[in-house]
Amino acid sequence: MSNLYDRLSPIVINLPPSGIRRFFDLANQMQGVISLGVGEPDFVTPWHIREACMYSLEQGYTTYTSNRGLPELCIEIAKYLTKYDLAYDPSHEIMVTVGGSEAIDLAMRTLVCPGDEVLIPAPTYVSYRPCAMLAGASVIDVPTYAEDGFRLTAQALERAITTRSKVLVLCFPNNPTGAVMTREDLAQIAEVAIRHDLFVISDEIYAELTYDGHHTSIAALPGMRERTIVISGMSKAYAMTGWRIGYIAAPEPLLAAMLKIHQYTIMCAPHMAQRAALEALRNGDDERDKMIESYDRRRKLIVASLNEIGLPCHEPRGAFYAFPDIRPTGLSSEEFAERLLLEQGVAVVPGNVFGETGEGFVRCSYATSVELIEDAMRRIGAFVSKLVSQAVK
Amino acid sequence: MNDALRLKVADLLHDNAKLSVDTIAKMLGETPETIAETIHHLERDKVILRYSAVVNWDKLETNQVTAVIDVRVLPQREVGFDSIAKKIYRFEEVKSVALMSGGYDLQVTVVGRDIREVSRFVSEKLATIENVTATTTHFLLKTYKSDGVIFDDTDGERRLMITP
Ligand SMILES: Cc1ncc(COP(=O)(O)O)c(C=O)c1O
Repeated sequence: MSNLYDRLSPIVINLPPSGIRRFFDLANQMQGVISLGVGEPDFVTPWHIREACMYSLEQGYTTYTSNRGLPELCIEIAKYLTKYDLAYDPSHEIMVTVGGSEAIDLAMRTLVCPGDEVLIPAPTYVSYRPCAMLAGASVIDVPTYAEDGFRLTAQALERAITTRSKVLVLCFPNNPTGAVMTREDLAQIAEVAIRHDLFVISDEIYAELTYDGHHTSIAALPGMRERTIVISGMSKAYAMTGWRIGYIAAPEPLLAAMLKIHQYTIMCAPHMAQRAALEALRNGDDERDKMIESYDRRRKLIVASLNEIGLPCHEPRGAFYAFPDIRPTGLSSEEFAERLLLEQGVAVVPGNVFGETGEGFVRCSYATSVELIEDAMRRIGAFVSKLVSQAVK
Repeated sequence: MNDALRLKVADLLHDNAKLSVDTIAKMLGETPETIAETIHHLERDKVILRYSAVVNWDKLETNQVTAVIDVRVLPQREVGFDSIAKKIYRFEEVKSVALMSGGYDLQVTVVGRDIREVSRFVSEKLATIENVTATTTHFLLKTYKSDGVIFDDTDGERRLMITP
């Protein structure tokens, strides 16, 4: 047989390798590492949700569900979305997916074909680009900057648009920057999207984790609902990452098309996990809000500490990441992350893995205990002051 | 004094009394001076009475026993239950006393060196107090959770070190 590798799909061969893999391997070999590199809640799923799943197993809910998901779950999701002024018909405009991850893939495959361009603000979560590429599209980075608090501006978007641009991806609150878009910010983006007739994939998985203020969905703005696919899920807000439950809300023709792919490739999201999600949406608000309050306190702690250390950190208004500027150290993101890991045993994620404009920054997740955050800050402080004093000499 | 802030500070310290003033200040977006003053007031006003640790005694070499005793009493004119409660809580071996609704009146927690010591306390000291009409003693066999802390918690760190 000829070289196996050469016979694989060139699209897959050309997918960029995961930027965090190397750090993952490195960190895993070391002892006593404090990780600020984790992109998931540090809470175990609240007990009443786990208990509901066990009860559903006792009741024998081990079958497939309808492709779009349990009807009662779709109804709860529709009810939940009204808090963001979103109105979707649970029987035609909502579907349950295997995490927000599947939803991203479905949205890309449904909207684009080879030759189309997908506009992706960067730095951002890592899976939009490969999903767009797998669908055959080319990706255009739209830079966001620390000066703007990493919000997307209409000017940057306008500059990136070409005649082949078809889809804009929005991820706010943003992973890795914690940036949030206000209604006014979104209105300017909406105006551009409508004028250029773009579709929008809006990944709002961190919507609940919006501090001081209320999340706004771009789909709630005039003229946007018909062109927007809203993606969200249970992972972050309810500490349910391992359950793999996400969902999509979109106008019927778009939803029906995505459902077609889902029906052939996935069939349905796991039944017992859907039962757990149902419990979370019906009875989980109090525990969810307590978790959010706890993130908020740790957010303030880490931002104040990073600024004190001399790593300027804009205020992340959502998600659970701080994204400090490490340029004062004179190191690149990767050098910083690697040396910090080796010299002080603290794992962070270099900003450049989230896009070129993430260079010069690192992502620090504050979904970890106050004690560990404080210990990590002491170590980062020692690391930075050593570098800075060397630079002075 | 700002009541919302007092509540937040008390809540944080109740969860972890070792938090420094500086850390609390950062977590709540206040100055260290404001937090120090708030803590001072909480202590002065006896909102915060003591800083102590939650200990799993089962893990230490000790034979000490704990008993929870349901006590029924005849309330007294004008002072109700308070004067009897006072007579009970003055004893050094009594760790807590609370007035309860339901089938009995006072719930008393007693710690002694061994079962005999606790039994003696109940029969000689507690049951003989005037207006105490009945006692039911429950010896504590094992603590699973106390003050919000699960003792044999196996929910350790299960997350991968780095995830996107
Ligand atoms: C912005 C964003 N979207 C989507 C996901 C995928 O989440 P899930 O598939 O668990 O719903 C993540 C996970 O880290 C994320 O950060």
